[in-house]
Amino acid sequence: MPTEAAELVFDEATKVYPGRDGAAVDHLSLTVPAGEICVLVGPSGGGKTTALKLVNRLIPLTGGDIRIDGTSILEHDLTALRRSIGYVIQQVGLFPHMTVEGNIGTVPRLLGWEKRRIRERVGELLELVGLDPQQDRRRFPAELSGGQRQRVGLARALAANPALMLMDEPFGAIDPIVRARLQDEFLRLQGELRKTVVFVTHDVDEAIKVGDRIAILREGGRLAQYDTPQRILEHPVDDFVADFVGRDRALKALSLRRLADLELAPAGRNGGDGLPSLAADASLRDALALLIAERRDALLVVDGSGAPLGIVRRRDILS
Amino acid sequence: MTGWLVAKGGGPVIPDFGQPSACLKRNGWFCTDWLTKHWGDTLQPALVQHIQLTLIAVGIGFAISFLLALVGFRWRLFDGPLGGFTDLLYAIPSIALFQLLVPLTGVTVTTVEIALVSYTLFILYRTMIAGLRAVPDEVLESARGMGLTRLQTFFRVELPLAAPAILAGLRIATVATISIATVAAFLIDDGLGAPIFAAIETPDLFKTELLATGGLAILLALVADALLAALQRALTPWNRLR
Repeated sequence: MPTEAAELVFDEATKVYPGRDGAAVDHLSLTVPAGEICVLVGPSGGGKTTALKLVNRLIPLTGGDIRIDGTSILEHDLTALRRSIGYVIQQVGLFPHMTVEGNIGTVPRLLGWEKRRIRERVGELLELVGLDPQQDRRRFPAELSGGQRQRVGLARALAANPALMLMDEPFGAIDPIVRARLQDEFLRLQGELRKTVVFVTHDVDEAIKVGDRIAILREGGRLAQYDTPQRILEHPVDDFVADFVGRDRALKALSLRRLADLELAPAGRNGGDGLPSLAADASLRDALALLIAERRDALLVVDGSGAPLGIVRRRDILS
Repeated sequence: MTGWLVAKGGGPVIPDFGQPSACLKRNGWFCTDWLTKHWGDTLQPALVQHIQLTLIAVGIGFAISFLLALVGFRWRLFDGPLGGFTDLLYAIPSIALFQLLVPLTGVTVTTVEIALVSYTLFILYRTMIAGLRAVPDEVLESARGMGLTRLQTFFRVELPLAAPAILAGLRIATVATISIATVAAFLIDDGLGAPIFAAIETPDLFKTELLATGGLAILLALVADALLAALQRALTPWNRLR
């Protein structure tokens, strides 16, 4: 469903806890364009969760301002502000005494929606997040797996169609296989919904995979770099960022590009017989890994049905 | 051996002094003729009075505990003193408490109820506070993050989640009150304690009456416990899954 995403601006946003040395978030300025995912990442003590909670005023600002579509969060009524922002946390925090339907309908009920409209919306959202709209709505959180709970948490945050979503390590407590699947589904959803999302993680790989832009925060809540994943991997501004993204950043950068992005050499008469093959939507990183494993110098790129599209050489990938 | 039946005849608990049954003559443990004859004038009224004593005590005790728990939950500062106060009341032996109250409220039902209520506070207050405090942090955080007000969080999240603990406390308090209320007969002629005391005070210990009333008190406690357990299950279906 279409939605109007909001532009989010941190303007010198600062949080200082009384009695503690230094700031938790220090004059943070960045703009998240409407409809984009901004990932806040950094070491613990970097203030990423604090920065996130400043937005829905779970933590009050000490200085500076945060604006949603040009309006300061301080000008909004507190509860109205929170109801207009989707909020997802790592431990999900579903209400154990409410069914899935009751949980997802929380904000719509607070907003005074009609019962029928809430029921329909719950069905719609369950379908959207890959749960069964008939069976699952009547279940209690204790009857769900960790992955299912986080899906319900996501549906609950989306219930009133917020223009802005805050997600605090949403997949952090989920095992790696399910996490990867949830990340993929979240990105597919985001492709449809185009929300403005602030996403906190401590996992660089997740940041690279999920983020349209990444804000790297260093100790004391200072912004080290705010850029696209590609630029952060290829041009880290300093040693801190380079260290943080890791020595394998060149490999990580390869994972951002698809074989389909490269110019392919024609497969030729023999159709690349005998070469290892890989689908066009595979990443350059996977392609390189395949070449290394097979001790080959070139591979055949194929489309979804296995028909050859062309040949890629090792040097095309590395250049 | 059964001469006292004739000699002391006329009192409400003294049965059939004209033609006592063989069972009564030998003071048997379970004389059905006495039970059927005196169900209406002795046992049933005592049972009804006992239920009344209990309901009033638990009802008032629940209301007072709830108010105290609201204060102790909202302002942690008061939790210690309030908990200590209910603790202190609970520590006083019931007969001593009756005696302490007589100069203030006389030999009345009020005195008994005050004592009974005092005993419920400790259990109810503690279980309410424990239940409210046990709500997980992440649940409260998501409630706050979604824009529930403080009151909405209390009534829609904290209170329902504390319900299993509160109802468990209610069960214990009710069963305890049913038991302590038998001692009320020490002061007034109400409840199942009265026939029990009467049976004990007869020179030869009136066994049928003692067994019947004691049995009724036990039965009442079991039934009350089962009813409240059923209520608990019905009100908190989600709790069985955890």
